[in-house]
Amino acid sequence: MAVKNKKLNLKDKYQYLTRDMAWEPTYQKKEDIYPDESFEGIKIVDWSQWEDPFRLTMDAYWKYQAEKEKKLYAIFDAFAQNNGHQNITDARYVNALKLFLTAVSPLEHAAFQGYSKVGRQFSGAGARVACQMQAIDELRHSQTQQHAMSHYNKHFNGLHDAAHMYDRVWFLSVPKSFFDDARTAGPFEFLTAISFSFEYVLTNLLFVPFMSGAAYNNDMATVTFGFSAQSDEARHMTLGLEVIKFILEQHEDNVPIVQRWIDKWFWRGFRLLSLVSMMMDYMLPKKVMSWAEAWEVYYEQNGGALFKDLERYGIRPPKYEDVANEAKHHLSHQLWTTFYQYCQATNFHTWIPTEEEMDWMSEKYPDTFDKYYRPRYEFLAKEHAEGRRYYNNTLPQLCQVCQVPTLFTEKGDATKLSHRQIEHEGERYHFCSEGCCDIFKDEPEKYVQAWLPVHQIYQGNCEGGDLETVVQNYYHINIGEDNFEYVGSPDHKRWQFIKGMAPQQKGDDQAEKTVQKPNAA
Amino acid sequence: MLKRAGPVTHKNNKVMIMSVNALYDYKFEPRDKVENFNGMQLVYVQWAGHLMFCAPLALLVKPDMSFRALIDDVLKPAVAAHPQSVKADFLEAQWELNGESFTPNADASLVDNGIDHKSMLVVTTPGLDGMFNTGY
Repeated sequence: MAVKNKKLNLKDKYQYLTRDMAWEPTYQKKEDIYPDESFEGIKIVDWSQWEDPFRLTMDAYWKYQAEKEKKLYAIFDAFAQNNGHQNITDARYVNALKLFLTAVSPLEHAAFQGYSKVGRQFSGAGARVACQMQAIDELRHSQTQQHAMSHYNKHFNGLHDAAHMYDRVWFLSVPKSFFDDARTAGPFEFLTAISFSFEYVLTNLLFVPFMSGAAYNNDMATVTFGFSAQSDEARHMTLGLEVIKFILEQHEDNVPIVQRWIDKWFWRGFRLLSLVSMMMDYMLPKKVMSWAEAWEVYYEQNGGALFKDLERYGIRPPKYEDVANEAKHHLSHQLWTTFYQYCQATNFHTWIPTEEEMDWMSEKYPDTFDKYYRPRYEFLAKEHAEGRRYYNNTLPQLCQVCQVPTLFTEKGDATKLSHRQIEHEGERYHFCSEGCCDIFKDEPEKYVQAWLPVHQIYQGNCEGGDLETVVQNYYHINIGEDNFEYVGSPDHKRWQFIKGMAPQQKGDDQAEKTVQKPNAA
Repeated sequence: MLKRAGPVTHKNNKVMIMSVNALYDYKFEPRDKVENFNGMQLVYVQWAGHLMFCAPLALLVKPDMSFRALIDDVLKPAVAAHPQSVKADFLEAQWELNGESFTPNADASLVDNGIDHKSMLVVTTPGLDGMFNTGY
């Protein structure tokens, strides 16, 4: 068969494989086919203005991703065969992976569901294709992250039931409620929340610390996942910026709606990332950079430039960014001392930072660490040494919106808890901040139904009235293995044995299994 | 066909409450109504200047419990880990209930003291303002 121009050029190929997949309906009304497109009040005048800067088509996508994945799994295999877990800096590092696997990987899956949904809801074909591709990326990321970390599950505790924990464990309701909020919004809010506010504005604060943290701490499996996902993340970020510019350019009525979403999702993202702040400063034995430094580079500088650029559309920087900027000096310390006192109910361990680590923090947080936080750790260390390792045995108040315990302090006064409360239709509601309180007041119906883990325990919906039963039976956290202090934990003992620092513990079957495995293999 | 629920604004508790913009009449029961707590109620207590307890304590209590019992049987054991707890006289301390200053009647019930479900109590103990001059 004679074919002229056997090969299409990229531009034509993109046109054929994306835009030409769309058509003008004749026997159904467009608004019946895309019923979710208009109720948020966003006005789109001309979908053809949508620019996909990557012009990626499905055939190229499959080919490219398959090649990447082949390399990735080759490295996972090599990592497992060589007992790569024995080369990490310290077993405390694995706790960062436990947090990642339970709090972040399920979000990738939730993002997959979210993009699949909105990838059906836009009448513009360019936007639909971009969302569908990102949906597949997110599904791949969720899977490859689980595979990257599965080797650790054979040797350390707390990694055995991430998906189950994500749906139930108290602190994991923070990421879960964040994404559920986004996924139950309309398609344009979802993209503003996830593609713009999260992927574009804040993702570097999540991805860079975790992946650089993996590299610094010799975790080859996770860092290789990071490299493999990098090109996808770059595409997601570009989509995030394209989305926001497209919506803003379409109609001036869109500006106030988008501004409200930016305010909301900046604040929700900032609260979610407080978990990352403690991971960076406390859970990486070899530190990459401090949370304060990361916030300065990735939010204050990059975000500052971005919002300057968006000024011409009438967009201002997010409300309460001043609060977030000031909080960089306190955030990680307040989070870590919270998890320190509640780690009887977590799937990871906590500990007092070493002397060297505290010196590093004094240097990184010259105005706050020695004044507020070092004395607390010295006190807690002394308590522990005298046989009174501190656990808070009373459940904390949670914020109705972000679901973090109301632990943050007021801007400018680190001795005063930030707390807001209102009455709405005869019920009292409590918040960690003005930011979360504002979000509630904008859409109270969304948050009055919040599944707050502390209240659910007290209502008797978590398989038991006492914390121990809830933790063991409802959360699937193995008491004495996954939770409590790091020092003296089975993970700690196993690590000391691996490093030849301690004899094998009698009766520690898991340690025995673990260390005999390489010889048996 | 599409039913718009919002945005509608109305005044409530002196704050502007908006309504969610949804595809249908979007209305949900609050999940934490007092009747869901099997005869009990919630009360939150914060000991001001004692951030060793990272957040206000969420307590499940009987509404007819006396204020004295709340202090002796619930609050004191909950804050026992703090070195200043032995010196604290919570009944003689300064109290705030839902943001207003408040003088509890130790022998009256929580309900009779006006401490309803999900009320927030803040107690300040003069002379005991936490450790290290940092409200810890």
